[in-house]
Amino acid sequence: MTVAFERANAHEPSERGGERHHILTVLVENKAGVLARVAGLFSRRGFNIFSLAVAPTDDERFSRITIVVDVASAPLEQIVQQLDKLVNVVAITELAPADAVQRELLLATVEAEPDARSQVIQLVGVFGGEVLDVGPDRLTVMLAGPPDTLDSFERLLDTYAAVEIQRTGLVALPRLDPGPPGARRRHEPARLGRIGDPRSG
Amino acid sequence: MQLTGAQALIKSLEMQGVDVMFGLPGGAILPVYDPILGSSIRHILVRHEQGAGHMAEGYAMVTGRPGVAMVTSGPGATNIVTPLSNAYMDSTPLVVVSGQVSTAAIGTDAFQECDITGVTMGITKHNWLVTRAADIPRVVAEAFHVATTGRPGPVLVDVPKDVSTSTMEWYWPEPEDLDLPGYHPATAPDAQDVAAALTLMGQAERPVLYVGGGVLKSRGAESLRALAERTGFPVVTTLMARGAFPDSHPQCLGMPGMHGNYTAVTAMQRADLLVALGARFDDRVTGRVDAFAPGARVVHVDIDPAELHKVRRADVAIAGDCRIVLDALLDAMDGQSAGQGSDRLAPWWDRIHEWQARFPLYYESADQPPIKPQMVVEELRDRADPGTIVVAGVGQHQMWASQFWRFEDPYTWVNSGGAGTMGFAVPAAIGAKVGRPDRSVWAVDGDGCFQMTAQELVTAAAERIPVKVAILNNAYLGMVRQWQEMFYGERYSEVYLSPDLPDYVKWAEAMGCVGLRAESPEEVGPAIDKANAVDDRPVVVDFRTDAFEKVYPMVPAGAPNDAIVVHPAHERLAR
Repeated sequence: MTVAFERANAHEPSERGGERHHILTVLVENKAGVLARVAGLFSRRGFNIFSLAVAPTDDERFSRITIVVDVASAPLEQIVQQLDKLVNVVAITELAPADAVQRELLLATVEAEPDARSQVIQLVGVFGGEVLDVGPDRLTVMLAGPPDTLDSFERLLDTYAAVEIQRTGLVALPRLDPGPPGARRRHEPARLGRIGDPRSG
Repeated sequence: MQLTGAQALIKSLEMQGVDVMFGLPGGAILPVYDPILGSSIRHILVRHEQGAGHMAEGYAMVTGRPGVAMVTSGPGATNIVTPLSNAYMDSTPLVVVSGQVSTAAIGTDAFQECDITGVTMGITKHNWLVTRAADIPRVVAEAFHVATTGRPGPVLVDVPKDVSTSTMEWYWPEPEDLDLPGYHPATAPDAQDVAAALTLMGQAERPVLYVGGGVLKSRGAESLRALAERTGFPVVTTLMARGAFPDSHPQCLGMPGMHGNYTAVTAMQRADLLVALGARFDDRVTGRVDAFAPGARVVHVDIDPAELHKVRRADVAIAGDCRIVLDALLDAMDGQSAGQGSDRLAPWWDRIHEWQARFPLYYESADQPPIKPQMVVEELRDRADPGTIVVAGVGQHQMWASQFWRFEDPYTWVNSGGAGTMGFAVPAAIGAKVGRPDRSVWAVDGDGCFQMTAQELVTAAAERIPVKVAILNNAYLGMVRQWQEMFYGERYSEVYLSPDLPDYVKWAEAMGCVGLRAESPEEVGPAIDKANAVDDRPVVVDFRTDAFEKVYPMVPAGAPNDAIVVHPAHERLAR
């Protein structure tokens, strides 16, 4: 299950992946209340979340939270250090957008009278999405892709009356072939750790 | 061995070496109170849960051991939220055990239910809701480990009633059994950082050692003194670090900050190097941040990496335990030639001595009533046993106590720094006396503060804990009054209390204490002597002090430290 909340400035693709937004993948213990601890930390310290997605990993002891943070609200270093103080946070990895595989899921219900339907289906096809549901005058479609592709898709869908659009917030993993040195920084929780990030290569 | 969760909880506290805890029972925690009857742990029954929390803090601050408090669910737990917040701000190790409604009732708005782990998430270092009796020993061991290691702080363990009553097979966890995969406090510094710090220290011409509470938390006072004497650097001790370096030492400049003395404030402003040791550039120290110590490079040592670069960008940032870092600096200096820069620092010391001579701490003494509050602190100081522990609440009296007491030893000063919790002094003094029964403990309190938590003197009288309380009774919420006088055009809004309502002497006597009063300056010394002679019950002395007296110097809130306002008499001198 992927949970998402709080999206702002969804139509500012130029900001995404730029100076302002940074991706943190945060490995946390899979325990009750951990998401509240992370969200509460951002709230009480005045750090802004652009998007947040959380799901269990294949190791049931841990979940991974992918947070896109707005560093206009606080220096990234301060956000990382405060996050690292949460006892349930096991490891934090900062992913430079250029050095990460990013995906986000979009679901949209669109007004599509029978005469417009084929155009919508065609558009979905061009982007490599899927039609999930068909009603008499509406379609529900899905697209998974990098966030800026979803932005473009969303703008084009707006040409047809989009009734409802839901996006998940992005999830990301490091590219297998890392970029230039220093582009990807791993924030070690501490020097004396017993367990590092069991998920990292 | 089969134990109930309640028995396992008390046994776990015993295994942690807990000798005393402060608390008040109620429905959800009832099962845990039963095995207390057969325990080696002394339980002190408070009159309000806030008192239990502050007592545990006072105990922790003077002993260095974690304070332990126990409360019931709902209002019992919310009443200890203020002490948790206070301990979080001042990094005091505290373990609070709260009762919770049964697991089946959680989330149903049951009687005395409160989501206390949710409430205290932001003001504890960590908290736990225990869901199985079998987890209790491990969670207690984790709680003490988290509270006392790294940057110390408060933790809370919430125990539902059915968890206390169900049974488990007793065990005591080994360190490797603790389930804390994300908790790795930094302790030892990088050698490179230490070398970089030494380089800056070797170049500095106007250095200041900016000492915070972290030096006390790390038991680093001796190492600090060695480093100070080895370098010849001047030392300022923040409100949380009073006693970390002796006030009588020629290199001690005293307290910096909003009500710091002129020399400590100005030396930091003019410094070319600040070596911050376990200090966090609090706004009460820096004044307006962008105008703070504008010419200084910064070496910042803190065990909490999140403090580094948080307020002020450091030139050298060292994440580590202050004592270990101090010792590493000293070790590294052993490799260098001795006689570090006494000549180099001479002009700096000349300027410092000039400031000290021109702007000492000052008040205009009086031989007629009302009593000058600063005089009470000086008389208390001059008549105190060596090693006396001083405890303060929050406000003018706190600042005068910090300014006019002479702190010679670590762990002799207990106050509420970061949170600014009025009412802290009486219960914290009780906790301090429990932790150090061999020491005299004087609470210097305000009349406003005293009225918030005075009921704990009943606890002290019942438990024969002979603390002494000096009320600097100016019949006002004095610090607020001072701000209204200075910054709100003398429009006094809701700050007048009363010198006589309540009658503090009668109130003290009603609570089983000795009650004394001093109304004129010549009565101050004899009243203190009388109080010092009592050792079998608490004493309260009502000192009728001058309501017009203000705390000087003062840096107005939000102003740069260069805008320091000195005592009017000094201002006249300066012109």
